[in-house]
Amino acid sequence: MRHLLATEGMDAATATAVLDTADQLKATLLGREVRKLPTLRGRTVVTVFYEASTRTRVSFEIAGKWMSADVVNVSASGSSVGKGESLRDTALTLAAAGADCVIVRHPASGAAHRLAGWLTEAGTSVVNAGDGMHEHPTQALLDAATLRERLGALDGRRVAIVGDVLHSRVARSNVHLLTALGAEVVLVAPPTLLPSGVDRWPVTVSHSLDAVLPTVDAVMMLRVQAERMHGGYFPSAREYSIAYGLSEARLGLLPEHAVVLHPGPMLRGMEIASAVADSPRAAITEQVANGVHVRMAVLYHLLAHEEEMA
Amino acid sequence: MASRPRDAAEPAGQRELLSAGDVARTVARMAHQVIERTTLGAPDSPPVVLLGIPTRGAPLAVRLAARIAEFSGVDLPTGVLDVTLYRDDLRRRPTRPLGTTQLPTGGVDDRLVILVDDVLYSGRTIRAALDALRDAGRPRAVQLAVLVDRGHRELPIRADYVGKNVPTSRSEEVHVRLVETDGHDAVLLQRKEEQA
Repeated sequence: MRHLLATEGMDAATATAVLDTADQLKATLLGREVRKLPTLRGRTVVTVFYEASTRTRVSFEIAGKWMSADVVNVSASGSSVGKGESLRDTALTLAAAGADCVIVRHPASGAAHRLAGWLTEAGTSVVNAGDGMHEHPTQALLDAATLRERLGALDGRRVAIVGDVLHSRVARSNVHLLTALGAEVVLVAPPTLLPSGVDRWPVTVSHSLDAVLPTVDAVMMLRVQAERMHGGYFPSAREYSIAYGLSEARLGLLPEHAVVLHPGPMLRGMEIASAVADSPRAAITEQVANGVHVRMAVLYHLLAHEEEMA
Repeated sequence: MASRPRDAAEPAGQRELLSAGDVARTVARMAHQVIERTTLGAPDSPPVVLLGIPTRGAPLAVRLAARIAEFSGVDLPTGVLDVTLYRDDLRRRPTRPLGTTQLPTGGVDDRLVILVDDVLYSGRTIRAALDALRDAGRPRAVQLAVLVDRGHRELPIRADYVGKNVPTSRSEEVHVRLVETDGHDAVLLQRKEEQA
């Protein structure tokens, strides 16, 4: 693997290899006092975040450090980005400074792809940590890792993705990955929060959460992304919550074994009731823990092998 | 010594070093050596743990423990120690899949750890295993048991228990086959050029 830019087009074998590596890393580190592996000693990983983030940036930083890579964090404020430097120049600067891997989050869809184009020649790997409304592949991988842990193989499982699909890179990455792994995806959202062209996605669409919940093995609640909304997508927060929020009563509609996921940050009381988020059915903290192992696995697959001949 | 008829699936250009019967006898002999060297069962004997190195060291450790239990009545805990993350050649090869690591309950602290592997060659796998072990805890001592020692060491490492010493050339490969991983038991010597 050279870059990790999207789950679209990722085959089941590649995804499974990364997920298996993550499982083994988790087992290796379980109960250990010293959570440090020498595997990426001497490699340099730079995170460049042009958007706010807590869990993703911290998760990548911990992943790199537990693998003994040197991790450098760059945020858009406080760097030359604030002086007007272009993404390309920032990227080439980081490569010239010796970055083996650049992890980028950017508000523009496609930013990671452009970066990869500029950095391939330098031999620097690029990981997409979220680009606009496009993809967030490591989030989908950690969701898949969590679902595998709770449910076993994903083949033939049915997963509902609920809420603001339109603005969600998490939803896009999950649709592609879950489908590649053999799961069936159903999107549940008001028509205003579904992207145009959703009829060409490998999914079914529903507008009734109550009808879908009894039929699924997992439900993934999405955050309503107010910061990307300019206009009225639904009448009121309260009405959205009544129609598409996962309340305690709705939790009872789910089959006994079904898992509740949320990529975070959560808006308690909006898309998910507080009691649901804290219930044993929710795997939200497991998602965060698995995120570190999945990102370690991604770095392993990107950096711990011989140079690929272009 | 070849008691097993040649498997049609095995390509030409290879020689059987140990038959299935030889493998069983060799493991039994190693079990006796472990019992003797560690004074197993004696009141002052140290607690012993067998750790197999994947892939084929893992079933070998289990077999060794079974024979030791049979001969001495002492059940030794076994585990699996994957060393991939500690290898020094990761950047010289395509991505290696990780193996399982499963330490026995109680870990390795203050125990006599016997690492078990199928073939001892350069010694680099064992070097990695020693590093991995250091991260897993602090054993009282570490010993090494291998089914085959084929020479050509690149590091100052030797085995405490050797099933069979086989002088080889670097242009040859030693393949251990075990029922658990390959469907049958054998140790084969193969010239590298014959490899597909």
